[in-house]
Amino acid sequence: MSFHPNEVQRRGRTATFILTGAFVFLASAFFRTQILEHAAYNLQSETNRLREVPLPAPRAIIYDRHGAVIAENLPGYSVSILAKTSDSLRVALRGLSGVISLTPEQIEAAVRRFRQAPNRPTVVLADASFDVVSVLEERRVDFPGLIIQAAPKRYYPDKEAVAAFVGYTGEITESELNQRAYRGYKSGQDVGKAGLERQYEAQLRGKEGTHFVEVDARGRVVGEAGGRGDITPESPDPLYTNIDLDLQRFAATLFGDSLQGGVMAMDPKTGEVLAIHSAPSFDPNKFIGGVSTSYYSQLRDDPRRPLYNKVIQGLYPPGSTFKLATAIMGMEANLVGLDDHMPTPCSGGYFFGNRYFRCWEKKGHGDVNLRQAIEKSCDVFFYQLGLKLGITRMLAGGVSLRMNDKSGIDLPNEKRPLWPYAAEYFNKRYGPGGWSNGVLLSLSIGQGENSQTVANMARFYTALATDGSVVRPEIVRRQTERTKVFRLTPDQIAGLQRAMAGVVSSRGTAASAQIEGVVIAGKTGTAQTGVFRNGIELNHAWFTGYAPAEDPKIVIAVMLELVPYHGSVAARIASKMIEHYLKRPTIQGAQLEGD
Amino acid sequence: MRKSVGDYPLVILALLLSAYGIAVVYSAGQTDFPVAYVVGAWKRQLAWFGLALGAAYFLYRASVRLVDWLTVPLYWIGIVLLIVTLIFGSGAGTAASVKGWLTIGGIRLGQPAELAKLTVVLMLARVLASRKEAPKTLLDLWKPAAVVGVPWLLIMAQPDLGTGIVFIGIFFALLYWSGVSWQLLALIASPAVSLILAFSTGLWGAWFLILIALVLYYRPYMVEGVVLVLANVAMGVIAPLLWERLAPYQQRRLLVFLDPSADPRASGYHVLQSQVAIGSGGWFGKGYTLGTQKRLAFLPAQHTDFIFSVVGEELGFIGVTLALTLFLLLFLRVVRVASRANDSFGSLVAFGLGASWFVHVLVNVGMTLNLMPITGIPLPFFSYGGSFMLASWLAIGVLLRISSEGRGRADTLAV
Repeated sequence: MSFHPNEVQRRGRTATFILTGAFVFLASAFFRTQILEHAAYNLQSETNRLREVPLPAPRAIIYDRHGAVIAENLPGYSVSILAKTSDSLRVALRGLSGVISLTPEQIEAAVRRFRQAPNRPTVVLADASFDVVSVLEERRVDFPGLIIQAAPKRYYPDKEAVAAFVGYTGEITESELNQRAYRGYKSGQDVGKAGLERQYEAQLRGKEGTHFVEVDARGRVVGEAGGRGDITPESPDPLYTNIDLDLQRFAATLFGDSLQGGVMAMDPKTGEVLAIHSAPSFDPNKFIGGVSTSYYSQLRDDPRRPLYNKVIQGLYPPGSTFKLATAIMGMEANLVGLDDHMPTPCSGGYFFGNRYFRCWEKKGHGDVNLRQAIEKSCDVFFYQLGLKLGITRMLAGGVSLRMNDKSGIDLPNEKRPLWPYAAEYFNKRYGPGGWSNGVLLSLSIGQGENSQTVANMARFYTALATDGSVVRPEIVRRQTERTKVFRLTPDQIAGLQRAMAGVVSSRGTAASAQIEGVVIAGKTGTAQTGVFRNGIELNHAWFTGYAPAEDPKIVIAVMLELVPYHGSVAARIASKMIEHYLKRPTIQGAQLEGD
Repeated sequence: MRKSVGDYPLVILALLLSAYGIAVVYSAGQTDFPVAYVVGAWKRQLAWFGLALGAAYFLYRASVRLVDWLTVPLYWIGIVLLIVTLIFGSGAGTAASVKGWLTIGGIRLGQPAELAKLTVVLMLARVLASRKEAPKTLLDLWKPAAVVGVPWLLIMAQPDLGTGIVFIGIFFALLYWSGVSWQLLALIASPAVSLILAFSTGLWGAWFLILIALVLYYRPYMVEGVVLVLANVAMGVIAPLLWERLAPYQQRRLLVFLDPSADPRASGYHVLQSQVAIGSGGWFGKGYTLGTQKRLAFLPAQHTDFIFSVVGEELGFIGVTLALTLFLLLFLRVVRVASRANDSFGSLVAFGLGASWFVHVLVNVGMTLNLMPITGIPLPFFSYGGSFMLASWLAIGVLLRISSEGRGRADTLAV
């Protein structure tokens, strides 16, 4: 044993050195972790203890042109669970289903939502009834991760009457989450699924707020986070539409439950859409918070297709409403004037090749000029005008009149009308020589390879109501976009307008649609469908027109799908709407005071 | 002249550390979901502290000769208790699979390993002090090696890796203090290095060349040289087998030490959460009893193994530095006591006790920052635990006695 003092002193110094070194080492390790890397660890500790509970933002309120509410938000409740793992979520859901009734689908949906966003509270019931909420509040202690919060619920006070354009919202789907358009969205959030709700999603969507709750290592909610205040949800500015809710409601009443079809009314100068309705309709409120399987299958299985928008998605042969297009093409080509006659008078039909093309009036119209042909809707006149135009001019003319364009209305999923872009279309379809100029006869009266949407026909008639410019339909106030689609002299246009006014007169096909004090101009159409019910052939009955004839304030297109009526019935619906729109007492204060 | 005055700096440092520790044990109980056992821990710790103070005073009054005389029987009692524990012992708390507790009739009496740490220091000091000069060859070391080896094997059989590391630390520290040369210590340590490096053939090969060079330079007896080289080869061969022998949780802990993020939810979780707690403390901490990681139960074993994470989170870098400084001052004081002891036995005992604490502090504090593997060894004066508090203060009592019996060698030692 070597314990000479000098030896001990030397070893003591070494030990002191080693000890001091070890402590400097430890202290510097703590310095690095606590001071240099403090920010990163602090963030981690914050995220450890704080869970973000999203506060859903109310969507923008949608107003009509006079400030009446089309879509609003009602107070509702959502029930969510904060869980750490899908297993613990399942345990919690099993516990919950002992208190409130949960279907296996609801449980699976909740687990799916959890997988998509494990750090957010998993929504179990997006729209819980007050009863469910009070039961859960009473037994809150039993469910540590339970979060019950106010969740604004979308509501459409006019239900079926506005469904066609307002659409509805629903929970974002997995595939939508993967789309670029929905970047920044999180699982469980609501998005617009149809109509304006979808078209204007970016403007309607509020900015989600955040509520912080403190949780422990097992995910139990310990309390409200004192340090971090809530980020309050932001509601966006309201969306103002051009819709006239009063007229919209009236349109819905006119169609009722029995008629099927679509109607669109717009301002011919600005393109403002005053009303747009598709019948039969559905209740968009039933889609909020998840549509029930029974209601959805009822809608899906209805042969009248309530979910299918007949104004922008339905394609129908325009029938005689198209004759104005043929007339415009003829006048632009200087083939016909308003007082000109065709070589062969109408005797109830017309021979072309070895085929006999009927006029709708079996007795025949006799020798008519263009104005009378429009008033009486004489097919034989237009057969001949079509033949004079020839296939090239006819097809090019239709393209210029935007017969193969969407109307451009601000709604999603509008269908493109069918109109052959050139003769090549027929060559491709039937083979060269596989078709004859007979197609011209069909096209000239709005039959054949021509299917239009109600919206596009309404747009076409804005050109007839004005100076030849179509205007893009606008549900929400945007920049008016007018495009000149035909070039006729003011006299020629005035002549056509007089002829259309003649349609809704004692001389014309829509004589029964006349109203007191207002001259309506327009054109009826009856497209045969080959579908029979009770031995009667069903038609698509059309009326497109505008009023007052001298200073058009409303353009309207009505289409009744599969009805045993003619265009005159559609004209009566149109005239009722026109009357309602033009003759009702205005709601402006100055006018109410009167003099 | 024999000193009758106590070593006040030593007592004061130990008292400060104990007070600091009990205060943190109190804080460890303050959580948002209080566990009754942990909430009341500080009271029991305080009671043990009182008991420990009494015991320390008793030892302080007793002569070092008495301690010397008691060493052999105490050592054997310690061995017997370890054997009994191995047969009848039970696990506890987080280390439920480790048979570390001596239990009779369902009552846990204590952890014999804590006692063994003391008795091994005493026995080793006695064996080394009985020699005329420091061991110079490997053969000279058989007795010290056996003194540590027998209880070490019993403890590793529990298995308690942490206490095993402490024993190895004590062994090397006392050999060093008794004057064994650096080179010999390095040779003894070489098989352990082989064991670790054996997992990489290249590293092991390089180490082997260094070892040969060391052997040639140091020129041990032929037999020793051959034994050493063979031991290294053997370690290299059996390392993978030993790895297989480790309990799965030990393997996991070692792997997680290398990369805690490899398994953030399970084994690595504790270390990560401890680092988050300490790192989020910053300069001044989140405030006494206000640590969120601790309150929300993200910290594991916050009143025992990971108590230093609470210090880091709530009292920040300042609190950590204060605790570490107190420990450093205590250890430097112990070195001073060892340097000034009036006989080699007392000197070795003092140094051994200090070394034992040092290994505890280094491993435990290092563990909270993932500088050391998780072994579950407590932090002296801080971690909640009766036997360890008692053992620590018994050691303080012995140190005080050695200090008071020390020759005033202020002329030769300026420490």
